[in-house]
Amino acid sequence: MIKIEHLSKHYKSLQALKDISLHVPKGELLAYLGPNGAGKTTTIRILTGLTRSTRGTASLNGFDIQKDVLMAKQQYGLVPQAINLDQELTVSENLYIHGRLYGMKSTEIRKRKHELLNYVELLDRKDSQVKKLSGGMKRRLMIARALMHDPAILFLDEPTVGLDASIRRRIWALIKKIQQQQTTIFLTTHYIEEAEFLAQRVAFLDEGTIITIDTPQNLIAKQGQWAIDRIVNDQMETLYFQSRESANQYNSENDTQYTLRRVNLEDSFLAVTGKKVK
Amino acid sequence: MIQGFTAVYLREMLLLKRRLIKQIPSWSVSPLLYLIAFGYAMGREMIIDGHTYMEFLIPGLMAMSSMTQAFAIATEINVARFYWHIFEEFQAAPVSNVSYVSGEVLAGMTRAFCSVVVILFLGSLFGVRLSLNLYFWAALFLNSFVFASLAVGMAMLVKSHADQGMLTNFIITPMAFLGGTFFPIDRLPVWAQKIIWFLPLSHASDAVRMASFGQQPDLRSYGLLLIIGIAFFFMAILCVEKAKD
Repeated sequence: MIKIEHLSKHYKSLQALKDISLHVPKGELLAYLGPNGAGKTTTIRILTGLTRSTRGTASLNGFDIQKDVLMAKQQYGLVPQAINLDQELTVSENLYIHGRLYGMKSTEIRKRKHELLNYVELLDRKDSQVKKLSGGMKRRLMIARALMHDPAILFLDEPTVGLDASIRRRIWALIKKIQQQQTTIFLTTHYIEEAEFLAQRVAFLDEGTIITIDTPQNLIAKQGQWAIDRIVNDQMETLYFQSRESANQYNSENDTQYTLRRVNLEDSFLAVTGKKVK
Repeated sequence: MIQGFTAVYLREMLLLKRRLIKQIPSWSVSPLLYLIAFGYAMGREMIIDGHTYMEFLIPGLMAMSSMTQAFAIATEINVARFYWHIFEEFQAAPVSNVSYVSGEVLAGMTRAFCSVVVILFLGSLFGVRLSLNLYFWAALFLNSFVFASLAVGMAMLVKSHADQGMLTNFIITPMAFLGGTFFPIDRLPVWAQKIIWFLPLSHASDAVRMASFGQQPDLRSYGLLLIIGIAFFFMAILCVEKAKD
């Protein structure tokens, strides 16, 4: 569905992506996780034809993004990081323009618009100007817009950035719902819990390179199941254990203040890259 | 090709429709001030080639206004590009560069024609009646095509709103004052006339003026405007491609 082979991108002296290869099968949600500047947005920009790669190839649903640009673009919907809606136009008009950009007929647009606005719970706001919507509503509208032409692939670039926790969870529920319809989703995020909750596989990206790629469960299991955070010589130290009992036993033998918690993807990322995600 | 073109054009028209109530007075202010200050107050007694200065001025203002309003599409594009990031939506869509440029150029031309209609109305308030024949509309069509195409290309090359303002200062303002809007170009020294001959607006002003007086315009001006317009249109397509990255 999404196939990337030896993709590289240079910006003058900066190498943003270094020889990336990746395959995302139909219906999978892949989370592309990395700190700011790791190359997440650059990857999405190349895959969506917004930026040219320096080397390598990529195809969407079998269409090469360089050679069959227009067909490749028809395969995906994009929710970029920045809100890029027409603020002066209404919700309905934004969707209508998008439909026309993708060659949909007016009757088809009307039907799909109604369906999607219902789906993202914005039907009652269809005649509101976008500038009058809240941040969460705008995000939901961007997702609806990206789905207008019924794409096989959905690119979500930090879809919940800047939203509060409750709205973020609402967006997650929406993404889960989309995922159930066998849409392939490529999600970039630096929210660990977002990747953990939504993704079937997670790719760790650091300094333009994919460090590792696996299911969230396997990535976590490599570290252990339980973690102890403690302060030693003014430095935070984290120790990993396969069971809660072994973690408790360690603590009973070492008289320090500690926090016992479940291992998460952040631990895996830290172990692999030596860095925090954010 | 047509799918993207109509969507790009439709978006600009929806925005224009939403702002029309504010836009009409804004299209009227400058021409009205020029008509009062230059046409009514200063040039009341002036006769140029058998026509009152007001009759001379109004076709020039129409050519100038079609230029400035067609070029103003660059500002709309830059707001969409730098402020609202909407240009990305077009870039991500299966829309060819030709479709995008065609949609924006036609939107610029539509704005230009709206502003011309406003000046025609203002002119009628001052009792000026012009011959609105095919040559008249063709000259305005070509002039707005030239400047809308130039605007789309320039909008892709600039890096900020400030650059856009600079372009207007360096391209549009000198053209407006030297392109035959306010005075007959043959009153300038010969060397200056030779330079001004290269300005598309001087050809448009001349053609619009001759046509509106019911005289035969110089058809070479139409040919020249068409060639410049086509060149700018293709340049705009290349600039849209270059805007990636």
